Formats: sequence, structure tokens, C-alpha cells
Amino acid sequence: MTALFYGVELSSPLMLGTAQYPSPDILRDAVLAAEPGVVTVSLRRESAGERAGQAFWTLIRDLGVPVLPNTAGCHTVKEAVTTAHMAREVFGTDWVKLEVIGELDTLQPDVFGLVEAARILTEDGFKVFPYTTEDLVVAERLLAAGCEVLMPWGAPIGSGKGLNNVFGLRALRAHFPDVPLVVDAGIGVPSHAAQALELGYDAVLINTAVAKAGDPAVMARAFRLAVEAGSLARKADPMEERDMAAPSTPVVGKAMLA
Amino acid sequence: MKIMVNDEVHEVSARTLAALIDELGYSGARIATAMNGDFVPVPLREKTDLRDGAKVEIVAPMQGG
Repeated sequence: MTALFYGVELSSPLMLGTAQYPSPDILRDAVLAAEPGVVTVSLRRESAGERAGQAFWTLIRDLGVPVLPNTAGCHTVKEAVTTAHMAREVFGTDWVKLEVIGELDTLQPDVFGLVEAARILTEDGFKVFPYTTEDLVVAERLLAAGCEVLMPWGAPIGSGKGLNNVFGLRALRAHFPDVPLVVDAGIGVPSHAAQALELGYDAVLINTAVAKAGDPAVMARAFRLAVEAGSLARKADPMEERDMAAPSTPVVGKAMLA
Repeated sequence: MKIMVNDEVHEVSARTLAALIDELGYSGARIATAMNGDFVPVPLREKTDLRDGAKVEIVAPMQGG
């Protein structure tokens, strides 16, 4: 069954970031090739003269894909909450990808600030998508704070290392079978995305892996196919792993030639 | 009076946040505002008085991951 994100069924389990593309045209081509269920967007200071944000907004609006605003770069609860409020007004959605960054080398979330900000925002009517770790206790706290989706990292943002802690991600999936889970951050190649969906994750959020590819539009298509493959594999119920070989060709009836 | 807008000093005659946005040329733009760290929603901009040295943030949609 396809997961519902705050009651909404996404058209694809691929969530695509819009940052770091070589040009607006390449961003557009990548979104068209990826066919994502949502695109993530952000807020930055606007210059009255350049109005760069207005042009970007026109591009995104014309693509017709639902947006998920983030609070990227926020390091305190206050910053993240204020940014979320500004994003709700500008983008006209109460969805927010909540980031409270705790450490600069890994960009890992400040999970204490994250839980606090999530509680404040859900009380204000936001539908929070928290960027978190695979920690089960933090996950419990986020759900208790009102989150109905969790977005654990695969690896540090922009690292492309894939799913660093498969055991932890599998445990999170098993522990919260009914909570929509998204692997956010660290995915580098389409096989990582397929692996996340095979583990039973409901979606993946990709940005750098597409934007920094030599050909972002082709990589976007590769990710679209990967999430389709991963989703189908999950539905098909993968075989059990085993430690020893088991012959796939039947032994019965084999000619006696020795 | 002097107002900090996005970390730049502006000498303005506006007395409210709404007037400041017009004076600086943001009219009609899809923007959100904060003053001294607090979000100021659109309906409150006209009622939000500026004080000398106020710190205003004006943000707009941007690429994000």
C-alpha cells in the first residue's frame, strides 16, 4: 500500500531537491525527468533589484509539483520556527521539512532542538517532516511531539555515501510499521534509493546526487526508475537471505556422468 | 531613520513595515518578513511600526534540498 503523508498520497516516492543545479533550465529538465512526488524548496534573503526568488518561484509553480519547504541552515529552534512560519506564508503550504542542524562537519540534526521545534510547529498547525537520525528514542519523541512522518538520514547531507546504517534503518522500519518513513540525505546513486525502498521505506529525498551529476536530467531519470524498481521489489516480497548456497537448478534428474 | 534590511543599513522615511516594503521596491513580490527575529505576517505589516535600528529580514523562494 502506498503511504499517506499527512493524508496525501504522493504521485511518486521520489522527493527531489531543487538546489545546486548548473542552471534553471537544467533544474527544470531534471524535475521533468524525475517526475517527483514533491520538490523541496527554501527561503533566502531577497534583493529588491534582482528579485531572484520571484523568477525561481515562477519556474517551480509552472512545473506543477507540490512543494515541501525546508528550514535548511537553521541552527536554533527559534530560527527554524520563524523560518517555517515565513515558508508557510510564502509557499501557501503547512508542510515543512524541519531541519535544526547541530554540527557542521556532518550536518547532523540537533535532535533535542528538533523535537522542541517539532512540538511548537505541530501545535501551530504545521505538518512536520523532521530531518532526523535513525535513533529509535528520538523517533518516539518526534511522534509524541505530533510528527506523522519521519525522515532519517542515510548518510551526511551531500556525502553520497548511501545507507550508512542499514541495521538501524531496518530497525526503525520494523519498530514503526505504520509511520511513513523517508530516507533523507546521503543517497549518492540510484541503487541506494532502490535499497531504501526495498527496506520498506516509503520515499527517498535526493538532491546533490542529481544536481551534481554530469548530466542531471539523465540521473534524474535513473532515480525515477530506481524508485520504481525498489517499490516493486518491496511489493513482491524479497526472498530470505541465507548464509550457505542453495542450488537453484534442480538436482533431481541430473545425468550420472561421473 | 536607519533600518537594517537583510543586514544592510537603509535610511528610510517609512514608518511601518508595509511602507518600508513599498519604499524599498518589493511591492507585488512574493516575500515573507521578520522583524527583530520575529515573523510578521502580511496582515500585520501595516500595524508594525518601525523603530530606529530595527532589524528586518525580507526573504523569498529559493532553491533548497
